[in-house]
Amino acid sequence: MASLSHRLEESGDGVVLIFDGEIDMSNSKDVRGVILGALEKTASLSVDLSGVSYMDSSGIANLIEGFQRARSAKKSFKVSDVSDSVRMVLKIARLEAILLA
Amino acid sequence: MVPPGQQVVCQLELNIEPSMLAEVRQTVRDIANRHGAVDDQPDALVLAVDEAFQNIIRHAYRDVVPGRVDFSAWIDDHDLWIRIRDYAAPVDLAKIRPRPLDDVRPGGLGTHLIRTVMDEVAYGHADDGRGNVLTMRKRLG
Repeated sequence: MASLSHRLEESGDGVVLIFDGEIDMSNSKDVRGVILGALEKTASLSVDLSGVSYMDSSGIANLIEGFQRARSAKKSFKVSDVSDSVRMVLKIARLEAILLA
Repeated sequence: MVPPGQQVVCQLELNIEPSMLAEVRQTVRDIANRHGAVDDQPDALVLAVDEAFQNIIRHAYRDVVPGRVDFSAWIDDHDLWIRIRDYAAPVDLAKIRPRPLDDVRPGGLGTHLIRTVMDEVAYGHADDGRGNVLTMRKRLG
């Protein structure tokens, strides 16, 4: 099972959601719940993935869903920071410009 | 599984489920590092195998897991070859294709990721008619 933890921090008018560990198929449902839950509590959510050493397409799906949910609710959603490994995956998926602040 | 005469570096029979993916990734990273992978090549190989296993779990075994998967890796010159075989019902090979990336929506990226990071990717059915076979190649170094 991939190891993963998260925490929320207040930042100005918004919230920063910080993940540490790995995001894969085994925990992506939990990640989805955390992202969408955090988005309900704020008008501006920033997801910090600098401590995520691995993320696969299931994690990307979580981010896209968060982005779309925020857009439909006229909220702000962005990925604020990423590790090299996560950046590689976002780049291949051509999502850097959409998700990265 | 492995063509005759090749330098086999790993052969595993697994009963795969999502909780095993972290262990599989570590195995692939170790293989890559032992056999001359540089820069982001270990990350690329790890991603390709993880996505391949995900696709098997989701689409071949339709989330009814654990399911048997045979994993083989061999070296030919500077090429690392990986072959992954499942024992699910044969899938329609024509349906294994990446979705357009302009269509930004959750899901459907695995095949694109695999094809992007590997130098050669081939899907087929097992010779005995039971299951599907994915063969991938990446030049190392």
